[in-house]
Amino acid sequence: MESKKLLEIKDLKVSFYTPAGEVKAVDGISYDLNEHEVMGIVGESGSGKSVEAYSIIGLLQDPGKVIGGSIRFDGEDILAYTPDQMRQFRGNKVSMIFQNPMTCLNPVYTIGDQLMEALTCHNKNVSKKEAWDRAVEMLELVGINNAEKRMKQYPHEFSGGMRQRAMIAMALICSPKLLIADEPTTALDVTIQAQILELMKDIQKKTGMAIVFITHNLGVVAEVCDRVSVMYAGHIVEQGSVSDIFYRPAHPYTKGLLRSMPRVDELEHERLIPIEGTPVDLLDPPAGCAFGPRCEHCMKVCLKKPRPLWRWETTAILRPAGCT
Amino acid sequence: MDERKALLEVQHLRKYFPIKSGMFRTEYVQAVEDVTFTLYAGETLGIVGESGCGKSTLGRSILRLHEPTSGKVIYDGTVIYDGEKKTQISMLPYRKRMQIIFQDPSASLDPRMTVGEIVGEALSVHRPDLKGKAYRARINELLETVGLNSEHSNRFPHEFSGGQQQRVGIARALAAEPEFIVCDEPISALDVSIQSQVVNMLEDLQKERSLTYLFIAHDISVVRHISNRIGVMYLGQMVELAESYELCSAPLHPYTQSLLSAVPLPDPDKTRARQRTILEGDVPSPLHPPTGCRFHTRCPYATEECAKSAPEWKEHRPGHFASCHKL
Repeated sequence: MESKKLLEIKDLKVSFYTPAGEVKAVDGISYDLNEHEVMGIVGESGSGKSVEAYSIIGLLQDPGKVIGGSIRFDGEDILAYTPDQMRQFRGNKVSMIFQNPMTCLNPVYTIGDQLMEALTCHNKNVSKKEAWDRAVEMLELVGINNAEKRMKQYPHEFSGGMRQRAMIAMALICSPKLLIADEPTTALDVTIQAQILELMKDIQKKTGMAIVFITHNLGVVAEVCDRVSVMYAGHIVEQGSVSDIFYRPAHPYTKGLLRSMPRVDELEHERLIPIEGTPVDLLDPPAGCAFGPRCEHCMKVCLKKPRPLWRWETTAILRPAGCT
Repeated sequence: MDERKALLEVQHLRKYFPIKSGMFRTEYVQAVEDVTFTLYAGETLGIVGESGCGKSTLGRSILRLHEPTSGKVIYDGTVIYDGEKKTQISMLPYRKRMQIIFQDPSASLDPRMTVGEIVGEALSVHRPDLKGKAYRARINELLETVGLNSEHSNRFPHEFSGGQQQRVGIARALAAEPEFIVCDEPISALDVSIQSQVVNMLEDLQKERSLTYLFIAHDISVVRHISNRIGVMYLGQMVELAESYELCSAPLHPYTQSLLSAVPLPDPDKTRARQRTILEGDVPSPLHPPTGCRFHTRCPYATEECAKSAPEWKEHRPGHFASCHKL
């Protein structure tokens, strides 16, 4: 299916200038996202997956800075936006849900106030009545019963799963084209996680928005995503369709991750095959391939050459995997 | 079955936490409610459940880090807690044999002590005979057992990564040379690629030292991997207990069934194709648990009977316990 490109990221570089030195949190990543597509970004803590998302939505905080590359949304360069334009862009076209809903909701306002504010600050000509109705409609969409009553309640009166639902309602109230979900289910229990994933899949089907789904849980990726980017130490090491990544992984890191996970459907007790070593110290990254020191296929060239280039692999689908 | 030696027996264990509500009223959070099981020497019993189901409280009550409210705990033939007779024995000799590994290594290691001191403290309490050179040698030996080296003993916890900190926590637990370790979510704070390293190490240590584990975690796939038997907890009660293969392939209790089907598999075709039972609603508060079967408010098969009377804890197949009216 030929679909339109919604988001194009080219060679994005983000660094944090800390007292201890420069941390290259995101070091040259590129990807495209089509409309209606769900892209999963997987990686461990410190791999730069959240930083990348924050720079798309313009929420990068000091001392973080985009130092190179471009982000185009619907053909427009969003890095060139003024703060005012950015404010219009956020919420209207792109919105975000976060890992911990409790820290993102304001405890002293009712859920209804917060939902309506999200709408009225982006559309000045919406009346209060319309905003209220729309907010109730959104709460119903995300599966909150008694929406009218819930509108008058405060975040602490909601359970964890309910808060995440409210966050999703808030993010979707302006019908954005792209939703960035930063570990939306990590803080939740599995049974609640299943509810939220089901809800997100459902809403995605109904509204047709694109989602960038950031997580460290490969199971969640398998469940909801169309395409996957695997990140390690600020690079995308492998990118492909969900079945390529899970059934035909090319990069040793992806392979290692898949192999090291215990599975609930395993038949016999097999010893896990871990990835040896520890995650990279981004203040002092290794000279060659960032994964080199932990890679079982590491060759001398991996430790010397600056960084493996992306290569188009001639399997069923062309895809880049950053390994020599 | 009975040839195995029972190392730990827990009978009708309860742990309530008092909460002041109003000036004179006290309410109780029923964190652990009537849990009974036997742990055999050399096995790993996994405890799974969602947050707030009382699995950590259970682990700590067994070690009497929380004083239980009632019930009985028998360790290796000795009653170490009896709620009725108010048996209060000194735990010190048992602390040596029963140890615990905590969830968050950065919170459970004292930031002002070096790793050598942390491991050494446990050593000096339980092995006061070790002095000077022998003492230091033992610390280094313990660090090497967990994959660190002797140079690390002069460093502070913050200088280590999460995985290494957890190794220090394990070395500290091993210092007393215990035979039984409660592993309270030992890997949930770690990165995916590090988790398997620690899981493998725990398995190796178990083989070398014939340890018995009570492995508490919320991630059923990890528990499934490491445990011989699994107990599933819901709202303070154990709802099912069976061998891990049987529990995962033929679960009896509806909660276990939905828990298993809620776990996303790292296999896109399989995970999208399978039938799932998605539970409605949230876990009720342990302050006012539902009457009858505690699961009836979310159970897809609940009937009137379930709301009225609590189901019995019964052995439905050999070694497979569950509590549900529908079985």
